[in-house]
Formats: sequence, structure tokens, C-alpha cells
Amino acid sequence: MKFAVVVFPGSNSDYDAFYAASRVVGEQAELVWHKDADLKGADAVILPGGFAHGDYLRTGAIARFSPIMGAVTAFADRGGPVLGICNGFQVLLEAGLLPGAMVRNDRIKFVSQLVPVRVEQTDTPFTAACAPQQVLQLPIAHGEGNYYAPPGVLDDIEANRQVVFRYTSPAGEPGADWNPNGSLNNIAGICNRRRNVVGLMPHPERAAELPLGSVDGRVVLASVVKALAAVSR
Amino acid sequence: MTVIDSTVLDRHGIKPDEYERIQQLMGREPNLLELGLFSVMWSEHCSYKSSRVHLKTLPTTGPRVVQGPGENAGAVDIGDGLCAVFKIESHNHPSFIEPYQGAATGVGGIIRDIFTMGARPIALLNALRFGSLDTALARRIFEGVVAGIGGYGNSIGIPTVGGEIVFDEMYSGNPLVNVLCLGIAHRSDIIKGAAKGTGNPVYYVGARTGRDGIHGATMASAEFDETSAEKRPAVQVGDPFMEKLLMEACLEVMKTGAVVGIQDMGAAGFTCSTSEMGSRGGVGMTVDVTHVPQRETGMIPYEIMLSESQERMLLVVERGREHEVEAVFEKWDLHAVQVGEVTEGARLKIHERGELVADVPNRALTDEAPVYHRPMTEPSWQKQVQQLSLSDLGAAPSAQMTFERLLAVSTIASKRWAYRQFDHSVGTNTIAQPGASAAVVRVKGTTRALAISVDGNGRFCYLDPYQGAMLAVAEAARNVACAGGEPIGATNNLNFGNPERPEIMWQIGAAVRGIGDACRALNAPITGGNVSLYNETEGRAIFPTPVLGVVGILEDASRTVTRTFKSDGAPVVLLGDNSGELGGSEYLATMHQTVAGRPPALDLQREAALQTLIVTLIRDGLVESAHDCSEGGLAITLAECTFDTGWAAGAGAEAGGLGVTAEVPVLADHGAFSTNAALFGESASRIVISVASRHVAAVMAAAKAAGVPARQIGRVGGRRIQLTVNGQTAVDSLVAHAELVWATAIENKMRRAPGAAS
Repeated sequence: MKFAVVVFPGSNSDYDAFYAASRVVGEQAELVWHKDADLKGADAVILPGGFAHGDYLRTGAIARFSPIMGAVTAFADRGGPVLGICNGFQVLLEAGLLPGAMVRNDRIKFVSQLVPVRVEQTDTPFTAACAPQQVLQLPIAHGEGNYYAPPGVLDDIEANRQVVFRYTSPAGEPGADWNPNGSLNNIAGICNRRRNVVGLMPHPERAAELPLGSVDGRVVLASVVKALAAVSR
Repeated sequence: MTVIDSTVLDRHGIKPDEYERIQQLMGREPNLLELGLFSVMWSEHCSYKSSRVHLKTLPTTGPRVVQGPGENAGAVDIGDGLCAVFKIESHNHPSFIEPYQGAATGVGGIIRDIFTMGARPIALLNALRFGSLDTALARRIFEGVVAGIGGYGNSIGIPTVGGEIVFDEMYSGNPLVNVLCLGIAHRSDIIKGAAKGTGNPVYYVGARTGRDGIHGATMASAEFDETSAEKRPAVQVGDPFMEKLLMEACLEVMKTGAVVGIQDMGAAGFTCSTSEMGSRGGVGMTVDVTHVPQRETGMIPYEIMLSESQERMLLVVERGREHEVEAVFEKWDLHAVQVGEVTEGARLKIHERGELVADVPNRALTDEAPVYHRPMTEPSWQKQVQQLSLSDLGAAPSAQMTFERLLAVSTIASKRWAYRQFDHSVGTNTIAQPGASAAVVRVKGTTRALAISVDGNGRFCYLDPYQGAMLAVAEAARNVACAGGEPIGATNNLNFGNPERPEIMWQIGAAVRGIGDACRALNAPITGGNVSLYNETEGRAIFPTPVLGVVGILEDASRTVTRTFKSDGAPVVLLGDNSGELGGSEYLATMHQTVAGRPPALDLQREAALQTLIVTLIRDGLVESAHDCSEGGLAITLAECTFDTGWAAGAGAEAGGLGVTAEVPVLADHGAFSTNAALFGESASRIVISVASRHVAAVMAAAKAAGVPARQIGRVGGRRIQLTVNGQTAVDSLVAHAELVWATAIENKMRRAPGAAS
């Protein structure tokens, strides 16, 4: 299969995602410039981390107007798997492909550390290879990862099982001590109703090789390989 | 036309004799613009006029050195046709005036130096000094500097992988912000900052030029007084997004092969880049400031030439290939503008709307800047501060109480509060992250890794600058060696007071000699660096603080070890002698409010043998952990080996790692202070390792063969840190308790701070 990794001006984890998809997971991958209008025949799309267009207005606010976003939206509408990581998640929120918004971390400061994240749903293309309730050790590195949605929307998200990843203790217990940014309901990642678009603040692509401290992120990319193989069978 | 009188000269920081020299070099009186050019280029910051004669004595060559001092950054060969390109630079003065922007633009500046060489930056480290966190001023500066470093580095996506932070009231009015950046380049792609080829066009690209930072270099070459806050307009504002675009575009445009030379516009901005590129290439340059993109209207040539607006580059492009270069910049939505061309002769000619407004020999601004052999006098107090009489210190405090106090001292305590604000994982190369003895980053596409450490000890240098500087080199190299890295190059940042004072100049001279001697002995040639002088406020200088950055190589990245104990029951071995030297120690400063004595002795041959030994042991897979002994001595080192520095979330995450039981050897009789000296003395050339039982004999034999003292002092295990001296219990703490004290000390100070949040 083939991954497309979108490169916005200001993306800074684009090559990391490309490297993880191609060198670690061993699939084809291509970097796609944001001014391009097509996804080069990719089977899955990654919107990477970074600070697209500088994020001076709001994170992801300008990136959603990039030409490539038309192709990404069409791809998502057709049911294609789209993964937004960190700033990519923020772009998906701004583009309306995922519900809710991101605000400044509750402790104001940028937070960079390894955190335990519990997999809540395994019926998305990016968690299909996970065990239910599996706890992954993944790095976060963001200043605006405090997920917010109005009460009604939040209830819908929970009711529709759209919370895909939640911050918990290493044993999988949620609690205020384990929430690094003030996110509502300890939300680390969500999906859309159709479940093909997933966004998360932690960086699975940075936790795919043992020397880097964790290999737990590999399963996120491996999941989509498995999911697509299941579809094509 | 402005008459150049003593007031004008004074405002430009030009001394009367320097003005005479300018007139000689010009063959006439300069106009005000020309005087401005000399003012910034002859500033201490750009010309190194006080330090140059000393810096010339440093070792700068070696089998791996590809580029020594004099370029935007140094480069060393790391095999497979690759080079590590690195340099350290300071942004001390701006960080005092405006901590966030001062630190942020410091990060931006050194990143530009690295990608200007054709290297992709992959790691940032910093060496920081602040006043005591018990003061609101130091907390505010610390908070701002840390946020600024993070704000810039995190955004651009270059991980901050390590560094060191020291707190001492000597830095309360002059914080130090030294940033090291390292990048990787193909050796054949390294590009220099030299202009060549008559008729080749000169391009300007990046941010527009504004009135910010005018005379920043001159400011960085002056002491502070109570009016310093008024100098705020001289601090620049950083835009990491612009720099990210510039970096990607420049690295892409260099691949076209159409770039002849390139230089960033840092200190002294457009003036420095045009004159230095011309000077290095032995050519002239003619530019018209009218073409320079401007942020504000009505800017005069003087302002355009002296602005230090950030994120700007100057390129010399091969004539006829302009379109290739322009196309790349267009892709990144950057506008490259031709502002001039390379000329024959060696003059920098500046025009405004075609009219010549300045005409200066290039080399007059650069190579022919004044070089001073400034007078050096040993300070009258030097011998006195080296006297240390333990009997005058009163009663020796208990070892247990000392241990707990030292764990919470800001300089020793975990810097997690700061490091959590730095993205250290972006780039997927970081093997050992902030908090480790040395940062370790892998080199993608190879089996290798680079270990990097920055170190300095101002207290030691105050007591003996020659010895202190040697100790700084030794510690940086030892930290690199403790990660398995064999030192291959070094960069230095000299932070001192006013060089016009003979005792400060004496400190500089002695420290540079110390750096040179130690770098020669430890095979770590200096490939570049930075000098920051005039770090004084109201006549009081900082501790002399040379900071050394050492880069080492591991052929097999998978062999690297960290400081944390790994397995229950593993013997703990001390390499080196526990000589119990207390001079200049954190123990004396914290427990006895004393900064005195002689810094620890250093035998460079023994240090070199120790480092070679540890690199070999790690390469051969014989050790499980390694940690250098420094501030707080052996007791703190052993404690740190038990701390699990994983970065799990949550306030209650400090579960604590494996404990240790050890008998600390006493090699010197200090009477009532013998126990504390053995535990907390800061003797050099010591490393604590843990070794699997089956490898102990091999390790001991290797140490003996290398002539390095080695003795098994204890074992890993349990949940406590239990240290005995002469068989008597001296320290006994739960790991979890000790780690909590150590891990949260700085957070607690910052949390309590009223109004600390910016």
C-alpha cells in the first residue's frame, strides 16, 4: 500500500512520518506538497505534525485552505483512511473533518514527554491491529492539545464511540494526574462518525523504533496496513 | 551632514585611536554611514578584537576536521561521506533585556549558521546561567528564556536534546544563554560564505528589513547599567516560521548547484554578510539598498545596513542560473531579490537609488579590524580566594541532611521543568534525551550516533580560570565518553566580563590556555565558537564562564548506555580516585555559603586514559550504565543513577528505580569533614559504572591495563540509597523519596513564585 504524507509549509514531522511509514513499516510513502491537488494514488493519508503556516492565527487555521485539502476532503468523503497527528489533528478540526476544537494547554506551557495512551476503539483503520484497551507509550509535544467540544457535541462523540485514544495511567486508569493538557474527558484522539478519519495529539511515528524509547506507535501505522488488506481481500 | 565628533564616536562605541585607524584605512574621513559600518564590524562581538590573539593559540586541526574556525560553523568527518556541522553561540545580553525574544532569536541565529553550511540541523543544546530562583527577577528571566528556546526550536522542528543549567547569584544581572546547534551534511555539499565570480548576482532572501536590532552587536559589546531596559528596541523579534521556510528553501536551492556562496545575516546584519563574503572570497561587492525589502517606510541606508532583523540570508548565485534559484524560493513563497553583484577589486560599495553612499575596503571592516593585546593582571584577590581552611567553617553538617539539601539545590536538581517545554523527540533521532549526561542522536542511514555535551563551571574558573577551563573541557568530553562517544571535535563559548579591565583579560587569557591544553590532550580540536564579553552589571562581572561543547562519535549506536542502573545485584565500580577535594564545590556553596579553595586537580594524561577506557568498555558491551561525577560529588552521582528519568506523565509518576548500597572510599583526611569530602567532594576524572557480575573481572583487568584506578564500591539493588563511609551509615534514603525531592525542587520554586507566569 501507499501512504501520502502532506507537507504544509511549517510541517516539521512530515519526514518523520514518511520515514516511519517507509523505512520502519516498510510500505510505500510519498511526500505530497500542499499546493498539489492530488494525492498521487495513495491508499492512506497522513497530515503530519508541525506548525503549518506558522500557526500564528490558530493552529491549523490557514492550512485548511491549502489546495491539497480539497483532495484530502474528497478522499475522506470516499471513506479513505486519513490520520492527523498533532498539528495534523488540529488541521482536521479546522477543516471540519473532525468535531471540536483545540485550545491552549491548561498549564499554559508546551509539554514534551512520553505519556500512556489507552486505545478506546479498535474499529478504526488506525487501531485495527490494537488490542482493546491496550495502553501505548507515546510522546506528546504540543502547546495546544487541550481538546474542547461543546457539551452536546462531546456527549455525541462519546455516545458514538468516537473517542479513539484517552490519556490514562500506565495501567490504563484515567485520572487528572495523567492528563497532560486539560483535555476534556482525557481525550487524546478521536475519529469521525464514519470512523475513517482519525486525529490524535501523540506522535506514533516518533515511537516506532526501540532506540528511540518506544515501539508502541508502530501499531498505529501497521493497523492501516491490516485494515486495507482486509478491505481488498 | 553630521559632523563626526566625540559624541558621535562615543555613541558608536568607537575609541579615538580606532577612529584614527579608520581614517587611515579609508584614506579620508568616513561619512556617518561608513562610520556605522565600522562601528558594528569592529565591535567586540563581530571582530573578536580582545580575544583574537588568545583564540589563535587553540588547537583547530585534527584528522577529522573538515572546517575549522572562521566559517559560519565548524565541520568534522563522521564517515560515509558525512560531516557533523556544529557551533555554539551566545545571546546573553538580549536575553536579559527581553528573555523570550532574546533566547528565541539566539536559537534562530545558530540554526542559520548551521544550515548556511549546507547541513540539516538535527539537534540543539543549551548552556544556561541564571541568578538564584529565590529572586523574582531570576524566575522571570528563567521562565522567559526557557519559553523562548522552546518557542523557536519546537516550532521549527529541531529537537532540543540536552544541555546544562546552573543557578548562581553571580548571574543575576547577566544571564547566559549559549546555544549549540548540530547538523549533518554530505561532505561534498558543504558550502561556504565566500563571494566569488565577478558579475555574479547577489541575492537577498527572507524576512523584510526593519528597524529592529540596530546596533545589536554594539549593545552586546557594552556593559549594562540601570538604563539598559531602554535598549529594548535593539533586541530583535524572531519568526520561526520564516526561518523554517528559509531553511527548507536554502537546503533545496543549494542542491541545484547554482549557489556560489551563502551567509546568514546575524549580528551586524547586511553589513556583516556583504563585507565578510567579499572579504573571504577576495572580491568586492556592490549593492543598492533600495532593492532591499523593507518592513517600514522611510528607512535610510544607515538603518538598512545596520538592522539586525532576523531570518534573512544573502546568496551569491552563478550568473545565468538565476531562474533556478528564484524558482525554489517561489515554491516556498519566499521572494529572492537581487540587491547587487560581485565586483572586481575588494571594496564594498553601497548605493541608494544608484547613488554611491558608502565605499569601504572590505578587509578594513573584517581582517583589518583592530587586534588588541590588552593588558592582563592577575586579580589582587585571586590567591586569597584560593585559600580554604576547613576549620574555619564551623561544625560539619550531617551527611544525611547535606544529601537531601544538595538534591534540592537548583543547579543539581532535575531540570525537568525546563526540558518538558522542549520538544526533544521531533526528528526521530534522539536516543538519549535531556537529563542524560550527554545527548545522543543517531545518524540516519548509518549505524552511528553522535554524543554531545555542553559544560562549564564558573565557580571553578573564578577560583582558577586555567584549571577551571581545563575542567570544563574534561567534563564535557567525559560526559560524551560516558555515553560511549569518542570525542572528535569541540566548540567553545567564552563568557566573561569587561576585557578592558586587566584582571578580566587575565581570566580570558588563562581560560583559553586551559581550553587549549585540555583539548590537545583529549583530542578534541576546536572548530569554532563564540565570545561574549562585557557580561557585567554596574561594574560587577559574572564568574568567568567558558562553556565547552564536545561532540563524540559512536560507531555502533546500539552500544550507548545511560546513567541509570539496569539490573538488580550488579556490582557498582568507581573508575578514578575519590580524592575528596572540596574547593569550589556545591557542598561548600550550599552548606557553608563559601566559594573558596582550589578547583579539583586534573591530570590530563589520566583523564585521557579514563575516557579511552570508558569508551572501550562501552563499545565492548561490558558496562550497563555509566555516569560522570560532578556537582554534588559521588553521593549525588550514585543517587542520580537510581533515578528513573523516564518522562512519564503525572505528578505521582516518580516510582523510583533500583537502589544502591555502597561503601564510599576515603582517600584524604579532612578531619571532621572527611565523610562529607568523600561523599560530596568534586574531584575530577571519576566515573561510576555498573557492571554485570560476569564482566567484573574483564572490566578490572581493562582498567588495570589502562592505568586507571578502579574499585568495586557496592551493588545495585533494593529500594534505598545506602551509603557508608568507613563502615558507618552516612546516607540512607528511599529512592522514591530522594527522587521526588530532586525531581520537583525547581517546579516548586517556580510554582510558588508570585507573578512568575508571564
